[in-house]
Amino acid sequence: MDLNYTPEQQAFRAEVRAWLEAHVPSEPLEHFDATREGFEAHREWEKTLKSGDWGMVTWPREYGGRGLDLIEWLIFEEEYYRAGAPGRVNQNGIFLLGPTLIEFGTHEQKQRFLPRMASGEEIWAQAWSEPMAGSDLAGVRATATREGDDYILNGHKIWSSRAVFADWAFGLFREPGSERHKGMSLIFFPLDAPGVTVNAIKKINGHVGFAEIFLENVRVPAFNRLGEEGQGWHICMATAGFERGLMLRSPARYQVAAKKLAELWAANKETADPGLEADVVRAHMNADAYALNIYQTASRLMAGAKIGPEASTNKIFWSEMDIHLTQTALNILGPQAELTHEAPDACAVDWIDDYIFALAGPIYAGSNEIQRNIIAERMLGLPR
Amino acid sequence: MDFTLSEEQLMFAETARSLFADSCTPDHWRRMMEAGEAIDPARWAAIVETGLTLVLLPESAGGIDLTETDFALIAQEAGYVALPEPLIESAGVAAPMLAALAPDHALLADPTATIAIAHPANPYVANADSAGGIILHDGGDAWLATPDQVTLTAQPSIDPFRRLFSVAWDKDKATALGRADWNLAFDRAALFNAAFALGLAQRSVDLAVDYAKERQQFGKPIGSYQAVKHHLASAQVAIEFAKPVVAAAAAEIGARDTQARARVSHAKLVALEAADKAARAAIQVHGAMGYSWEVDVHLFLKRALALTQTWGTPSTHRARIATRIFTQPMGPDQTFARETENA
Repeated sequence: MDLNYTPEQQAFRAEVRAWLEAHVPSEPLEHFDATREGFEAHREWEKTLKSGDWGMVTWPREYGGRGLDLIEWLIFEEEYYRAGAPGRVNQNGIFLLGPTLIEFGTHEQKQRFLPRMASGEEIWAQAWSEPMAGSDLAGVRATATREGDDYILNGHKIWSSRAVFADWAFGLFREPGSERHKGMSLIFFPLDAPGVTVNAIKKINGHVGFAEIFLENVRVPAFNRLGEEGQGWHICMATAGFERGLMLRSPARYQVAAKKLAELWAANKETADPGLEADVVRAHMNADAYALNIYQTASRLMAGAKIGPEASTNKIFWSEMDIHLTQTALNILGPQAELTHEAPDACAVDWIDDYIFALAGPIYAGSNEIQRNIIAERMLGLPR
Repeated sequence: MDFTLSEEQLMFAETARSLFADSCTPDHWRRMMEAGEAIDPARWAAIVETGLTLVLLPESAGGIDLTETDFALIAQEAGYVALPEPLIESAGVAAPMLAALAPDHALLADPTATIAIAHPANPYVANADSAGGIILHDGGDAWLATPDQVTLTAQPSIDPFRRLFSVAWDKDKATALGRADWNLAFDRAALFNAAFALGLAQRSVDLAVDYAKERQQFGKPIGSYQAVKHHLASAQVAIEFAKPVVAAAAAEIGARDTQARARVSHAKLVALEAADKAARAAIQVHGAMGYSWEVDVHLFLKRALALTQTWGTPSTHRARIATRIFTQPMGPDQTFARETENA
């Protein structure tokens, strides 16, 4: 155990910091879920990142990445959040589909999809959920019917993040007549293909980050299937492992938030309830514990371990930490907490936005109830 | 940066685990409780023989000079069996202090002797009656006395294996050891009790899991019900996020700076919270059985309760973390920061 960074890792941090200082936009971009302009501004930022080779830092170089190990990835993320760089509009591609494609894709598929994902040329949405299948992904009903070298896709997807403005989506489809975990395939489709209709769904905060997607006889080549036919469930579970375990939420995000919370507390200490300091301390502890946990996991994975069901503990931890942290901020702000952008006295808008966003944490990427079942059954060995 | 344990460390922990699993079973506790004993001489002799009491002692005092990380792993295994003997306070805190002050002291030459410590952080001294010596505090100086050289007033604890005493003493009957590092003793005690609490917590969960697999209601094992699963999963989440904090605190304790102290405090807080949460979940899962003397969970609950309030209360430890937050830089690049880097 050595909790010091190597000289190489320190030099790498300096390199990332210098590049970000020179390139991060001075003004925050409009949110990518708010408008088409906000989305496109983020696409431009992805291209800028790519120009410095910072798009997909953990991917192999031949597919548009930088070949970094997981500790370097953590350092990159720390500097990224420290610099206040824009949110990643292509996070579905970077953190979910990318690692899965690298593991299960053919060389041709990797060449076709990964570099364009890395450059921001193609931005991805996920199309997993369906009206009758939320966390019960095996209940997916959308179908892929084989016709020669093509699939014909039919069905109705919902809660698709980014799909309103994105270029491509990946989703689970089943062979007609198949049941539950069997007969499912993970298939990519362009969101502008004939037969695809995308309708925006407003989120709780008014943004159009969700969509429902109707697929009516959408023809895609069999080349767009990731992995073997009928192996979609297995591949999706691997993707979910990345999502829950490591890549979806790097610790830096919460460390920046905990720092801002400490500053908010320091600025309001005279008027706020003194008992709230314990919550500020707790927020720091949580962010720190999460960082330590991820560093430990990264070290283990680099030593050859595989991500297991313990990944589900992460998702519960960060989602609950986020709510506690943002709620503490609202408690410190008191009566100003509820004010919107339009209010002359508005000063808390970011915190209320963050709080509202945090409320989704226990729902998406597999609800926390499902995560607790996974922990109980696969970590602790309780009966199904 | 490498946040993994070495093969050697894992093997050492495994040795401790099998020693405790064989010698410290619920039957043993029950027999000791009935006899009113807090130390089992045979088990203590086995612990001494395995070298577990020598881990933190320097070679000059006959020790094997390993690190806090190594001892924390042993403490975690001790917690898993709710070890009655004062391994942590004696071998993890008091003996290293004595070795730093008087490496040639006869008490260190007798590895079976336990040493108690009257730290200013604690009003009561654990296991003072059976100790070969008691380290006493006076204005930053350490003194040593045997139990018959002081006046002990028993202050019975709810935990039958923690024998607490108020100690009245007189310098005429004690030996001066000189200026001691009471802060290091405090940090080590907090850290090793945190590690011990990880063991307590995991055992509570494991006991409840075993029960929930067996016990049937409405025709199914109760462990198949989501409400039961979720209690135990939540406790396991608390354990998983206390573990790396304890590991980091053990690795960094030697830095002796604001960040290291905050991390020790963080470890103590979250590991004991996990132990409390797990014990309470286990009681709930056991139902009325969990509230009975017969089921073992109460031992884990009581030890967690005792250790939460000793070696610094939660508010003491929170204050040390607040000091770190408000006097040192925060942020994503500060996870492993040291005070000297920010001087």
